[in-house]
Amino acid sequence: MKKTYKIEVDCANCANLMEEAAKNTPGVADATVNFMALKMKVEFEDGAEVSEVMENVLANCKKVEDDCEIFF
Amino acid sequence: MNKKQKKNLLRIIVAAVLLVVLAYAPLTGGPRFVAYLLPYLIVGYDILLKAGKGIKNRKAFDECLLMAIATIGAMALAIYEDGDYTEAIAVMLFYQVGEWFQSYAVGRSRRDISALMDIRPDYANLEGEDGQLERVDPDEVEIGAIIVVKPGEKIPLDGVVVEGVSSLNTVALTGESLPRDIKAGDEVLSGCININGLLKIKTTKEFDESTASKILEMVEDASSRKSKSENFIAKFARVYTPIVVYAAVALALLPPLVRLLFMGLTPEWGTWVYRALVFLVISCPCALVVSIPLSFFAGIGGASRQGVLVKGSNYLETLAEVDTVVFDKTGTLTKGVFEVSAIHTDKLDADQLLHLAAHVERYSTHPIAESLRAAFGHEADGCSVEQVDEIPGQGIRAMVNDRQVHVGNEKLMETIGASWHECSHDLPGTTIHVALDGEYAGHIIIADVLKEHAKEAITVLKKNGIRQTVMLTGDAMKVADKVAADLQLDTVYSQLLPQDKVAKVEELLAAQKTGKLAFVGDGINDAPVLSRADVGIAMGAMGSDAAIEAADIVLMDDDPLKISIAQRVARKTLRIVKQNIYFSIGIKVLVMIGGALGFANMWAAIFADVGVMVLAVLNAVRAMFVSR
Repeated sequence: MKKTYKIEVDCANCANLMEEAAKNTPGVADATVNFMALKMKVEFEDGAEVSEVMENVLANCKKVEDDCEIFF
Repeated sequence: MNKKQKKNLLRIIVAAVLLVVLAYAPLTGGPRFVAYLLPYLIVGYDILLKAGKGIKNRKAFDECLLMAIATIGAMALAIYEDGDYTEAIAVMLFYQVGEWFQSYAVGRSRRDISALMDIRPDYANLEGEDGQLERVDPDEVEIGAIIVVKPGEKIPLDGVVVEGVSSLNTVALTGESLPRDIKAGDEVLSGCININGLLKIKTTKEFDESTASKILEMVEDASSRKSKSENFIAKFARVYTPIVVYAAVALALLPPLVRLLFMGLTPEWGTWVYRALVFLVISCPCALVVSIPLSFFAGIGGASRQGVLVKGSNYLETLAEVDTVVFDKTGTLTKGVFEVSAIHTDKLDADQLLHLAAHVERYSTHPIAESLRAAFGHEADGCSVEQVDEIPGQGIRAMVNDRQVHVGNEKLMETIGASWHECSHDLPGTTIHVALDGEYAGHIIIADVLKEHAKEAITVLKKNGIRQTVMLTGDAMKVADKVAADLQLDTVYSQLLPQDKVAKVEELLAAQKTGKLAFVGDGINDAPVLSRADVGIAMGAMGSDAAIEAADIVLMDDDPLKISIAQRVARKTLRIVKQNIYFSIGIKVLVMIGGALGFANMWAAIFADVGVMVLAVLNAVRAMFVSR
């Protein structure tokens, strides 16, 4: 299952770091961050609890860039 | 400017003013340090806080942490040496200026580029029972509802005009600046602007399925498909910072130790630590990282302004490398509509012959009949047309103004015993014979005509360095060869079945040495070929949904000339991307070498970090502008 989320982040490198962090979160099969459109596309693994996974994605992203936000 | 940008700008200004004032203040020693601490903290407190968090999260290469180390280190050196804190504070100040500019510039271009694509309809007018208009969210309008579009309004949903005459401005959709005239019965697309008449439109699609929504989604999603350059830079950024940091540590420790232990000289710790700090200032890869996606985003935005939709940054990159273009014929290079191309008479004059033919075909819906009527122009002129009789597989017979007229193929002429003959001009197309009162009168040639810009499109592509142009078609060899000769195409393959087209493209792909191959098509049976080619380009206005879905680039107004425009945008974008990569890395490496040898100071490092970023961002925005 794929979902798109609106995000807020200021620098392009941070966006790349967020992409890495999201990819490495359990339950996430793949993730892309589009810095120019400020969107994050997340492909979830089968049977993953979306809201739970997204909590972790946000937490991991906050670790690499404190000043970021994901709206879900 | 958003709130955060305003606040940061204020911090930068206050700190800068303080710095200037302090330069004239007669302070020394402890009070001087404390006074200088004030602008430093004003402009850098958030960086210091983030650096703390970086340590907590064990992120050794966090850019804030590195910036904090660089500036605190420079402050410490200043206490120990000469008490000149300006440099350290300037590093932090300019770092923040850079961050601010980046945020502002990116936000600005985000808005500019979205403005280029200003086709999102905000509302739809539904007509209530009492004739009053009700403004609703276009999302809520159902298929088949009648909506009213006033002059100056955007058409919110795709549909068919049921009432009204007007001109449409389609520039946001197709890049075509000439208004399009529409009347009842015409199909209209959402995103066009109604110029003068009041229109009633019966919707045929829901909002999400309408052209405007689909285009916006495509363009916004485009930069999610990352190019090779973006992936390269992302990887580069990951190794760049650690390498620079390790180099800085080595620079701070090794030379002094070597001097001390092996050369018997003074270690000069201060000098080497300063040089190491110069390294740290350049350790952020942001200039590089931001300018690449920005260039692609601007390029995609600029292309969409010209009526060319690019579905991903990666396709722009591939398009720049294309050296072979393979075309479908019908609907791509030709209009896909039959038109009268020649009239050859044995008796009567050309207009009379056409007149008779058009009348006989008055009630027929066959495309050939339509083209005959269209060519004559004023078929409803009051002449009497009676006893119309269609002879299957041969043609039509009718009484026009009480004279017997036969219009059809050779077989019909044989049947009625008219002495017909082949067209002596050897033209491609379908020959329609006409007999008057059983006697042969002449023939009309009907052919698919070339698009206006087809020839120019091929010429420009060749001028732009396309090595090979190929045409694939299911049409007869005679027709195909004529088109290919007219357009001066290099190779033509005719009488192909859809699966043959795929096979041919695969053959051509295998024969490609360096460049990429683009396929341009429109039909449903082109979809597999579109996805097989390196880049699939589809005709958007007339093309089938399947073809548009399978394509990587869509030409909204079906004009083959736009291929060269798309290519120009692609090449310009890629050129800018390369300039930015070489320029940014080049300057950083130069300053690092200079820094290690003691030629480049903190100010040079600030330029390599912030100055380069500003220049790279400004350069990236250039990709948005396309000369016609």
